[in-house]
Amino acid sequence: MVDPSLRQSPLATLHLGGREGQPAPEASVHLAERRSVGKINLRADPGDGVLMNAFESVLGYPLPLDPNRTSGDGKRGALRLGPDEWLVTVPGGQENALFGALGTAATAAGGKHVALSDVSDARTILTLAGPRARDVLQKGCGLDLHPRAFQTGHCAGTLLARAAILLHQTGDAPAYDIHVAWSFAAYLWVWLEDAGAEYGVAVGEVE
Amino acid sequence: MKRQRNRLDVGARIDRSRRLRFHFNGKPYEGFAGDTLASALLANGVRVVARSFKYHRPRGIYSAGMEEPNALVQLGGGASSEPNLRATQVELFDGLEAASVNCWPSVNFDIWAFNDRVSGLLPAGFYYKTFMWPKSFWHSYEKVIRKGAGLGTAPEMPDHNIYEKRHQHCDVLVVGGGPAGISAALAAGRSGARVILADEQAELGGALLGNGERIEAASGVDWAMGARAELDGMDEVRVLSRTTAFGYYDHNYVLMVERVNDHLGAPPGTLRQRLWKIRARQVVLATGSIERPMVFADNDRPGVMLAGAARTYINRFGVKPGNRAVLYGNNDHIHQVALDLADAGVRVEAVVDVRAKAVGEAVAAVRERGIEVMAGHAVGGALGKKRLRGVEVLALNEKGDGFAGDIRRLRCDLLCLSGGWTPTVHLFSQSGGKLDYSENQACFLPGEARQAVSVAGAANGVFALKGCLGEGAAAGRSAAGKLGFREVGAPEALPVAQGEAGALMPVWRLPPVSKGERRFVDLHGDVTVSDIELAAREGYSANEHLKRYTSTGMGPDQGRTGNMHALGILADIRGESIPAVGTTTFRPPYTPVPYGVMAGRDVGVLADPVRMTAMHGWHERSGAVFDDVGQWKRPWYFPRTGEGMAAAVRRECIAARSGVAILDASTLGKIDIQGPDAAKFLNRVYTNSWNKLAVGRCRYGLMLGEDGMVMDDGVTSRLAENHYFMTTTSGGAARVMAWLEDWLQCEWPELKVYLTSVTEQWATLSISGPNARRLLSELAEGVDLEADAFPHMVVRSGKVAGIEARISRVSFTGELGYEVSVATSYGLALWQAFQRVGENYDLTPIGTEALHVLRAEKGYIAVGHDTDGSVTPGDLGMDWIVSKKKDFIGRRSLARADTMRTDRKHFVGLLPETRVPEGAQIVAEYKRRPPMKMIGHVTSCYDSAALGRPIALALIAGGRERIGETVTIPLTLQGRVVKAEITSPVFYDPKGERLNG
Amino acid sequence: MLRIECPHCGARDEAEFSCGGEAHIARPKEPDKLSDAEWADYLYMRTNPKGILAERWCHTFGCRRWFNIERDTVSHEILRVYAMGEPRRESGT
Repeated sequence: MVDPSLRQSPLATLHLGGREGQPAPEASVHLAERRSVGKINLRADPGDGVLMNAFESVLGYPLPLDPNRTSGDGKRGALRLGPDEWLVTVPGGQENALFGALGTAATAAGGKHVALSDVSDARTILTLAGPRARDVLQKGCGLDLHPRAFQTGHCAGTLLARAAILLHQTGDAPAYDIHVAWSFAAYLWVWLEDAGAEYGVAVGEVE
Repeated sequence: MKRQRNRLDVGARIDRSRRLRFHFNGKPYEGFAGDTLASALLANGVRVVARSFKYHRPRGIYSAGMEEPNALVQLGGGASSEPNLRATQVELFDGLEAASVNCWPSVNFDIWAFNDRVSGLLPAGFYYKTFMWPKSFWHSYEKVIRKGAGLGTAPEMPDHNIYEKRHQHCDVLVVGGGPAGISAALAAGRSGARVILADEQAELGGALLGNGERIEAASGVDWAMGARAELDGMDEVRVLSRTTAFGYYDHNYVLMVERVNDHLGAPPGTLRQRLWKIRARQVVLATGSIERPMVFADNDRPGVMLAGAARTYINRFGVKPGNRAVLYGNNDHIHQVALDLADAGVRVEAVVDVRAKAVGEAVAAVRERGIEVMAGHAVGGALGKKRLRGVEVLALNEKGDGFAGDIRRLRCDLLCLSGGWTPTVHLFSQSGGKLDYSENQACFLPGEARQAVSVAGAANGVFALKGCLGEGAAAGRSAAGKLGFREVGAPEALPVAQGEAGALMPVWRLPPVSKGERRFVDLHGDVTVSDIELAAREGYSANEHLKRYTSTGMGPDQGRTGNMHALGILADIRGESIPAVGTTTFRPPYTPVPYGVMAGRDVGVLADPVRMTAMHGWHERSGAVFDDVGQWKRPWYFPRTGEGMAAAVRRECIAARSGVAILDASTLGKIDIQGPDAAKFLNRVYTNSWNKLAVGRCRYGLMLGEDGMVMDDGVTSRLAENHYFMTTTSGGAARVMAWLEDWLQCEWPELKVYLTSVTEQWATLSISGPNARRLLSELAEGVDLEADAFPHMVVRSGKVAGIEARISRVSFTGELGYEVSVATSYGLALWQAFQRVGENYDLTPIGTEALHVLRAEKGYIAVGHDTDGSVTPGDLGMDWIVSKKKDFIGRRSLARADTMRTDRKHFVGLLPETRVPEGAQIVAEYKRRPPMKMIGHVTSCYDSAALGRPIALALIAGGRERIGETVTIPLTLQGRVVKAEITSPVFYDPKGERLNG
Repeated sequence: MLRIECPHCGARDEAEFSCGGEAHIARPKEPDKLSDAEWADYLYMRTNPKGILAERWCHTFGCRRWFNIERDTVSHEILRVYAMGEPRRESGT
């Protein structure tokens, strides 16, 4: 086990240090980084029922097969990225174990063509929540985020400002997980703080 | 401060208890809350507000809306100054400062007005004809002409305001907040649809704000206010006032600009405007119409105004636009306005109506009031200069196309015009909809639509209030209905009393009354009837030619008031119908949009993402100078105190060749390739063979486009039986990933291969130099680094500095080298661990510049640097990497006659006398003056520490056959000529012994 | 800005996609048997019709999947979205 204290946030260059967790009574959006999440990119044929069952038995929930859908909960879940691609999340530090278990299950199920890639550090997750979170996102995101169109449990690969993101609505507050490439995270954080300025932004404690 | 002498005592939509002070052209005035700058100026009796564009004639306020051709003003000063705003749209705020544009030194004494006296010398096309010769003099003319033909001054300081953008989806977008638009929004909103109603004015109501009409028992304005309250109470309805929809694009994508606080003077640091990017499932355009004027001699005198505008100044702003009025037109509206003027205490001299039989309720009412109706008459000319003093009226002949009888003069200081209405079809036309000409109404109307859009009210040629309300409600209901929303209990039609209206009689031009008179068609551009006639005589008789030759409709007002006349006159000259002449194209934006709102927040640090590697913080603290590689910031070099770039790069290069150097290589593109057909796939996308690469081995690969040209290169490792790990160039990462997916999904779906981009998962550093192995051995655990156990082009897993790592023995410098990759969040820790143990080895951080010098010394290509999309492997002398035994992308192109030419440009080395710029042209035979035959160009050039001299790489025609020859690099702009000897591109360690360290 | 119906993600703005040009241009099975002119035809020549064009699009910022559409190059109306590998429709149907 590698010493996790050696890990660094992509936001380190922003020197947010003193501002994290500071009370911001006027704030109607809450912005934070959820760093300690293991992520595995999984590719497999969704038509292979045996394989899908094998994955479900490892994960404890089925891989979502419908467009823009997720399964599991905020800590452990799967986001559908495409017709044969998912992002599986686990609490940070458990990704190696899960990676191994998924690989073993795939082999046992006779899956000859499965791809697993550890992408825990390829992206980080910025969380945005609060009554004006949707307004902040609509400043840079062309998706229709109205509750009639995008709800808790929905996810979508899309663009936010000038960054590619994976957007996941995690709560009705509304609350969102914004998965963004490591090297774009600082840019996007600055963008989100700027976009949220008129509503008041509270910078959350980093998990 | 002067009294507001033209202000009415009661009525209107202004708040007389809130006085606002403002300055116009340096003079102080006062107006009321609810005023526009134009209404406040009229209230204060200011007549001349501008000078015209070409002749610098005095001009007054002509309209009450966005169609204003005259009253263009520059608002504010300094950073927030904005030119060419229409005074009729500028809402008054306390402290407003505005000035006329296009006059110097002042609006009342304008030096350039001599243009008016010599106007015979300034016909249409004057600038095209005169100042194009001699060509080289244009720059001198231009400065003077621009001063005379200026259109305000662009601010030169950074804008202190904030501009934003916002995406918004809706079921129904209604554009226009007049009676039709309000009705549409109410109907759609009541059905539960998500509705946006956008209106350019400060408050809803549209024409109702100005025309005093009534709905049910209430005033039209009260009805609009009631509707606004109802709309505001609906959860899914958003009303956007002060918002102009200016562009209608594909698939119901509509751009709108909201003026958030311009009406408050937009204090610095506040949100000034917001760009709305609307995606609507259905659009209802209720954009209204614009009144047309009448054309006659000197029809531009201050005091000449559109009839609807005069009505608006009275009813909405409580301003009497004149004291003694004549009305002139071809339809009932002038009669309705005559009544409003009379009610406001204006003395109405006469209503001049070109229709021989002026009938209908409004006409009768005017006659009842004892106002003279001059039916079958026309205004031949206006009198006065800086203000209107009277008009000359003549009887028309029976056909109505010429004069009969004597001139009669009427005294007046206000002349109100109505030549009918032009529906505002701009957005409809932008949406791709067809326009049909209506002979009855003498205007173009929306025809067949191409997108999910309907048009209601005046924009659709329905000008009467009752029709607008009905058609708007039907359009809103239908739009929502198409999406499955049903209105619950649709209310019955609103009762509106509507009189019988007389028909309109179009009159586009009448003969001149006297010689040399100026009948303006486009007031802003100073385009006259004679200009159009001249253009047509000179062959510019197609409408698009006419527009550009005369500049009709090309000002900030885009000819909103005059375009139909220009078209009617052109049709008349050509002896064709108006639809045969056709309209010019309607293009966005509908009204001018500031650059600031287009940029939004994408300015300063947010202009473009800056991508930083995990080690960036260390680089910054260590004083790195950064190089932009795409969006990445990469260390360019690490200067020590007092050290310049050349010295730093030289030191870094020496370290790599004699000790050990460390480079942040995290930006390399990285792709996980997994699946049973992975090797087959690599065989198809790389020029070389991948059949025999063992697990744990790496291989360099070259990728071509299907045209045979080098596209990217990199090292790919085999990590497991069915698992390969590809690296790409930093700049090519996204492109190569997309390229591979394209082939895999579209051409070879049968291949069982999955690609996953892992560029950002891995932080990578590279160490190179004779001491690289000893350095690494201090940190690596569980990996045998000995040369035999871990030879060149091998990959191993293990721990480095206690972190799970992947180690590849590869080199881009020609020295013994390793790349160490760890999960990105550990990248900085890894880097710092190397720095700690590196102290004993004088470990030197190097940047991209040293890397380039080192690879150039070895003759290694940098794709995109030494190649430019026109270079084959053969050109590079890399035939050794091109398999003869298999097909791959681009292979067939290498056998084309052109790619097999022997005189193609070859990649060679150069030994220039001094360093030359990259891109410099190379000639075999130097001449003192061009032309010279160019035989190639320099692709890379550096000062080499190892060779102690400048070296270069170049592409030279037949270069490999010219090795040993001397060529010339003429640097004309630098005033020097450099000789260079052609050599092999490998300058250093040609046998490659150092790699094995 | 077009609104494109991604078969895997639903309707999205054009900004999320990349256009791959005309569809149904299969790579020749045996490139060596083609003349230079035939190879150039495959490489460079496209129909560029005024009217209905079958073209390839990739949902670059979404699911990264390629698919085909039929688009009217005059009106920009998208008439059909179909999977990669599905044949084109006969014209006029």
